[in-house]
Amino acid sequence: MSVLVEISDLRKSFGPLQVLRGIDLTVSRGEVVCVIGPSGSGKSTLLRCVNLLEEPTSGRVVVGGVELTDPDVDIDAARRRIGMVFQQFNLFSHLSVLDNLTIAQRKVLRRGRAEAERVARENLARVGLAEKVDAMPGQLSGGQQQRVAIARSLSMAPELMLFDEPTSALDPELVGDVLGVMRQLADDGMTMMVVTHEMQFAREVADRVLFMDGGVIVEQGPADQVIGAPRHERTRTFLARVLDPTHHGPGDPAS
Amino acid sequence: MALSKRRRTQVLRVVQYVVLVAVVVALALLIDWQQVRRGFLDADAAARLFPGVILTGLKNTVIYAALGFAVGLALGLVLALMRMSSVGPYRWLATAYIEFFRGVPALLVFIAFGFGVPLAFQLRFDTYSTVALSLGLVGAAYMAETIRAGIQAVPKGQVEAARSLGMPAGMALFTIVIPQAFRIILPPLTNELILLTKDSSLVYLLGVARDEYELTKIGREALNVSPNLTPILVAGLCYLIITIPLSQLSRYLERRTGGKRISSPESAGLEVKA
Repeated sequence: MSVLVEISDLRKSFGPLQVLRGIDLTVSRGEVVCVIGPSGSGKSTLLRCVNLLEEPTSGRVVVGGVELTDPDVDIDAARRRIGMVFQQFNLFSHLSVLDNLTIAQRKVLRRGRAEAERVARENLARVGLAEKVDAMPGQLSGGQQQRVAIARSLSMAPELMLFDEPTSALDPELVGDVLGVMRQLADDGMTMMVVTHEMQFAREVADRVLFMDGGVIVEQGPADQVIGAPRHERTRTFLARVLDPTHHGPGDPAS
Repeated sequence: MALSKRRRTQVLRVVQYVVLVAVVVALALLIDWQQVRRGFLDADAAARLFPGVILTGLKNTVIYAALGFAVGLALGLVLALMRMSSVGPYRWLATAYIEFFRGVPALLVFIAFGFGVPLAFQLRFDTYSTVALSLGLVGAAYMAETIRAGIQAVPKGQVEAARSLGMPAGMALFTIVIPQAFRIILPPLTNELILLTKDSSLVYLLGVARDEYELTKIGREALNVSPNLTPILVAGLCYLIITIPLSQLSRYLERRTGGKRISSPESAGLEVKA
């Protein structure tokens, strides 16, 4: 398998706060990598550095052979090949679902209207929302908005999809629809980096799970190993809290 | 007195209405209706104003306000973007401009553009350009702040989504952020248009040709030959013909955008840093 994402010694600080403290990571084409870890561990920042929504303080990020951290890179061209799905969906609220899916195709990829709409309808069908083509984002449930957001990214035919806690803002009963779409995407061979708290999803879909804490990757490996039989104490503590939250009071020594 | 809270509210309400009616009746009795009729409600004097007050006055007021608004909106947008620029001198320039033109009476700007600028630069604007520039320069200062507030009210996630789709910063601004910002600020912008409509009365300061008169000027000119103040009343009513529909429009837009506006909460960007 060829390498798609190559990250070396990535560091990011916000003022005096070091959020990423030397991340080295490669992701192969077709691989699904889930990133887990406590809040504030830097996992969202890592993801946002992969398409340079956050400017790294130092280090290298290479996606598909293009170094994004090169100051002279055409960042807009590079981002076209990287889809991103946000916790808060971020659909363009003044545009219909169809326009949400076609605007970047038309203005960035310069596709004609007919082709853009055909691609948009295909991708809406792919996420199970073909009938919502004329709806406005505000008329959709959170789960539907997130699936539209996924379809919007897919319409740009990206090589890599980044998911930043895609189900964290959803009501519990809506999470399954979004995870279902993501699972299908993984089965279709999409390269994916997913920041998530959905351990069941990570276990079933991820080729590799990274556990991050304090701005570093504490451990990584197959899901069964990292989630099923973690080697590090920090990973065990985190998983115990996530998988069995009621059994850990505020007096827990690891906190 | 063991009145229940609800009962007390009802009694208070009745008292308020009684007072209100009493005030209106007292005013009606105090006013010398005979004088008012002679001073303001002279049907012949009013009739003499037509059709000029509509065909010239109302028309020109609308034209002046619209021109001033167009100039103000365009310049206001530029100023708003300059104020949010990462380039220091742009920010300083815009801030200085806004402070100056917000702080100076529109009257002085009219005098400057009517007489000062032609003197200083040896060039003579026609009336429409003078008015459009004067109203526009003043309006821009106010509109710049409104537009900036609107742009900043658009959630940051909207830009991030646009940029992550490969849109350059300018494209994201003009196709995603600004359309949403204008939806948010339509009501205050309508207010600004109403203010400009009234400020267009400052045209009376300039020496203008008869077919360039707006409502106030027509009213004042008519006073010279009118035995009473009726022309002022007619001119005032004509302003209301313009401004009341604008207020209604503003309220309608407020209801529409307020009710339907879909705010996607602040993006995840901030909590990453937490």
